[in-house]
Amino acid sequence: MAESEPEQEPEAETAGDAEPQVVERDLTMSRAMVEAIAHEMREDEEVFYMGEDVADYGGIFDSTEGLLEEFGHDRIMDVPISETAYIGAAVGAAQEGMRPIAELMFVDFFGVCMDQIYNQMAKNTYMSGASVSVPMVLTTAVGGTYNDAAQHSQTLYGTFAHLPGMKVVVPSTAYDAKGLMHNAIRDDDPVVYMFHKRLMGIGWMPAPDGPKTPVPEEAYTIPFGSADVKREGEDVTVVTLGLHVHRALEAAAELADDGIDAEVIDLRTLVPLDTETVRESVAKTGHLVVVDEDYRSYGVTGEIIASVAEDRLADLEGVERVAVPDVPLPYSRPMENEVIPGAEDVAAAVRSVRSTESGAE
Amino acid sequence: MFEDMVTARYYEERLQEEYLEGKQPAFDISAGPIPGELHLAAGQEAAAAGVCRHLRDDDTVTAPHRPHHVAIAKGVDLKRMTAEIFGRETGLCGGKGGHMHLFDPDAGFACSGIIAEGCPPAVGAGLAASKRNEDSVAVAFLGEGAISQGGFFESLNLAAVRELPVVFVIEDNDWAISMPKERVSDVADGSRRAEGFDMPGTRVDSDDAVAVSEAAKEAIGRARDRNGPSLLEVQVHRRMGHFMGDPQTYRPEADQEAAADRDSIERLAAELRRRGVEDETLESIREDAHERVDEAIEWAKDQPEPSPEDAYEDVFANPPSGVTDEEPAYDLGTDARAGVESGGDD
Repeated sequence: MAESEPEQEPEAETAGDAEPQVVERDLTMSRAMVEAIAHEMREDEEVFYMGEDVADYGGIFDSTEGLLEEFGHDRIMDVPISETAYIGAAVGAAQEGMRPIAELMFVDFFGVCMDQIYNQMAKNTYMSGASVSVPMVLTTAVGGTYNDAAQHSQTLYGTFAHLPGMKVVVPSTAYDAKGLMHNAIRDDDPVVYMFHKRLMGIGWMPAPDGPKTPVPEEAYTIPFGSADVKREGEDVTVVTLGLHVHRALEAAAELADDGIDAEVIDLRTLVPLDTETVRESVAKTGHLVVVDEDYRSYGVTGEIIASVAEDRLADLEGVERVAVPDVPLPYSRPMENEVIPGAEDVAAAVRSVRSTESGAE
Repeated sequence: MFEDMVTARYYEERLQEEYLEGKQPAFDISAGPIPGELHLAAGQEAAAAGVCRHLRDDDTVTAPHRPHHVAIAKGVDLKRMTAEIFGRETGLCGGKGGHMHLFDPDAGFACSGIIAEGCPPAVGAGLAASKRNEDSVAVAFLGEGAISQGGFFESLNLAAVRELPVVFVIEDNDWAISMPKERVSDVADGSRRAEGFDMPGTRVDSDDAVAVSEAAKEAIGRARDRNGPSLLEVQVHRRMGHFMGDPQTYRPEADQEAAADRDSIERLAAELRRRGVEDETLESIREDAHERVDEAIEWAKDQPEPSPEDAYEDVFANPPSGVTDEEPAYDLGTDARAGVESGGDD
């Protein structure tokens, strides 16, 4: 699928660990996540993982593959199908100072347990005047592209990023997935770690080549709020995240053939949001395209464009957004392909924004 | 009952064949004529057939993510259901819902892909019947894995305090994806959960369609006579993985074999023979069912796919100004699309 791999090994930020070595091995995104979790569990007895089908099954999306063998059922806990209970229990354990990781199998299931997420997990630090903290990670699978219809295919980046009190992480490569997971587990706040199914490298859902990257064996952290320039370019800034980093890179490769040099920025975290990297890029290119697999209205695309416009309106010569139009994800293939942006939609938006003089959409 | 059960079994065997097409050698869930997840109910037919034979068209059923056997027993249009599973324009939901989200208002049937979340709407159907003074009833089907969910408990409570005509049917297939029942609940008999709501709870401890039918007759009769809700748990067996492609490495082989051995269809056939039904009659029912299924599948495969633009329709029953069925409310960049229309697939 995606022809472009990240142009270079992303720069490693270290936090107390040794400088990561350049290594030959490539990992899938799920292996990289699991490696970080295992490392943190060895280091800290207070870290444990709880969710549906995470132990014997290894996670429906391989998010915990192999952890049961090393850590046993006490620390890799299968739970009854009762998200309110176990995600709320993770909140409670975190408030006691443990470091739980709780998995919501599909982000679409947030509806059955949202109170524990946004009224408890996200707000207790604030409401307690910071006398309580909630150092937990909520992992969850996002995304479509395999025709599972509207209750199993959403990304919902905007929903979680909109509600205050949660840090929101969306990795697009194995390298980022590991560094962000280390940081997420060590963070003293609730972190929502949203992994795209299509990027995980699961046996039954082939991934594009892009997310499988070299990954250092030792621990390293990627700080939140640091967007990554996955491809440098002079002509237009494409801002995106998750699966669509790879679709944007694919589009950029195609655009390069036509002499358009696109810069692709991977946000990596939505809260905190690195608007500075985006602004600097727009100052250089003058053209902004934001690509998102979430619904268009009230979402990531509007947020990025607004944050650039607030500070750097004069830099903006043209703006386009590419997102899922405001319809639930349809089941059948022609309709799903229509609403989930493809590389050609990104390329078309880039061409369009380059031809815009005024920037008015 | 026998007809519904053999129809459902053969239907799923055929779906399985179609589903696997194009997915091999490396299993790719998004490939082939039926993409997405597929949850088959082989081994659970007795619950659906035994319960639904007591229901009328104006009764409401809500099914979970494993719905085909229930849909067939409730009389959902087989051809249009199949077209939906194949994602076709003439499917029950125009290709928008797929196999976990089948809606057939004519047959009083709806589904949810979210565990236990079919329970509250069933209570709502019971509430509507109660308010309108009608004698229709509602049945919510759910798996034993769903009985840990808040939506289930809250529904039992609301139905109980309002004395609504609702029957909750737990299909206990022993597995909540990879979790065996004993690790999900400390109470082996799920029907005992009814005690906390002061409603009758019954368990049929075998996948015996006749016994299910007798128990269901009582529960549904009670609802229809406006004597309040009931909880019925039926032991069934999951002969397949949780979903197609599930390697089931978590599942002991002995359990799989036991599930295969306890075949409710063979059990019912034996009972029918004991009651004097000729083999020929059973065979002819089987053949008719197979023919109907093959016909539905062939018909469905001949149906057109929806056009990509159909994705923009149906968000609202009464689209607000600016949102019409004719053109997308939001295009993926109006100018952008003009440039790629000739590109086809996007």
